[in-house]
Amino acid sequence: MNCQQARELMDAYLDQELDLMTSSQVGRHVAECEGCGEVYAKYRRVRDGVSEQMPYFAAPPKLEEKIRAELDLRKEERRAAKTVANWGRWAAIAACVAGVLLFTFVSVRALRRPSGSELLAQEVVSSHIRSLLANHLSDVVSSDQHTVKPWFSGKLDFAPVVKDLSADGFPLIGGRLDYLNDRPVAALIYKHRQHTINLFTWPSAGGDSGPQSYSVRGYHVLQWTRAQMTYWAVSDMSAADLNNFARDFMR
Amino acid sequence: MVDVRKERWNKQAGTQVGREERELFEKVILPHLNSAYNLARWLTRNEQDAEDIVQDSFVRALRSFDTFRPTEDGRAWLLAIVRNCCRTWHQRSRVAQAVELDVDSQPALAAWSDPEALLRNAGDSEQLHAAIGELPLEYREVLILRELEELSYKEIAQIVEVPLGTVMSRLSRARRELYARLSASGGQVGR
Repeated sequence: MNCQQARELMDAYLDQELDLMTSSQVGRHVAECEGCGEVYAKYRRVRDGVSEQMPYFAAPPKLEEKIRAELDLRKEERRAAKTVANWGRWAAIAACVAGVLLFTFVSVRALRRPSGSELLAQEVVSSHIRSLLANHLSDVVSSDQHTVKPWFSGKLDFAPVVKDLSADGFPLIGGRLDYLNDRPVAALIYKHRQHTINLFTWPSAGGDSGPQSYSVRGYHVLQWTRAQMTYWAVSDMSAADLNNFARDFMR
Repeated sequence: MVDVRKERWNKQAGTQVGREERELFEKVILPHLNSAYNLARWLTRNEQDAEDIVQDSFVRALRSFDTFRPTEDGRAWLLAIVRNCCRTWHQRSRVAQAVELDVDSQPALAAWSDPEALLRNAGDSEQLHAAIGELPLEYREVLILRELEELSYKEIAQIVEVPLGTVMSRLSRARRELYARLSASGGQVGR
């Protein structure tokens, strides 16, 4: 170790911050080199002397009180903020619950109290399904409208309109008596490829209307009124095909 | 119902932790108030600013107390916050550094003919204050942390956020700069 290296390391040597190896090298140099030994002795004296003289500023007595008060205040603030946040959270939860309740209430109301025609559409679909299940599709099996129409007379207090739509792809299969909307009604059965169409009809007081479409449990339902007769067509075929059927029937 | 009870229990546990945290804070951080004030006082050279900075530092310390590891030294941890607050204060108050020095250059070799004259000057507290106060901030902070807080180079390196070797050379340079100022003052003309 040369003099310059030793003098550069002098502070760290004095502060005992050198590793053991370097420290002993500096120590040996200072002991052996007269010039560096003198510089080291002076430096040590100066460092210790100045360090002793350096004033230490103690905190003013009231500062600790102030800080404790400040910390308590922050704690209160934090707690208050937490409380506000909690209130906010509860308010949000309450709002959500209220919203869900309202939605449920409205939905349940809508479900439990559907409009009269929606109810009827459900009844129509039920009747359609029943007719397919019970193998009781037709009371009179005929593709001839002139056979089907007279069959109803004497069984109903009205004469239903019976049309054969074979030319349009909807051949008439037959007719049946059914009970809908608290009254006996005529059910006409049509086919469209593999699909069965039930067309329920009975007299109505209202003017012409529709067609109005409904969808119940995957079945399409069309309702219309013409010449004071109401019609409910139901089938599992597509809505477009059912629309065509209604259009052809009304023509 | 179970959820509500669970939440309430968690909340109680939360305040429990808060109280324990506060107790730990008072035990390991608050006792170093004097160290905090001393550093702030030396770095700002102003009583009122030092007080404000120390208060701000404690608020910050409590806020970030979750980053404190119990194995750490509470004093070094707090002093790092105080030092950063002082830095911010300096930037905000735009206290121009009187001397622009290459603070990390190699320390000059010490050569005083009369250490006793230097020490006599150091004994004059006004001279000593002025000499330390006029040192660049980079020198002052390592000097205070070493001579008055007697922290290790490693702790100083963490507080000042520089490598260990930089602390070594900076401290060396800081002392020699201070001693040069002290030997130059007190009637001796110029440097």
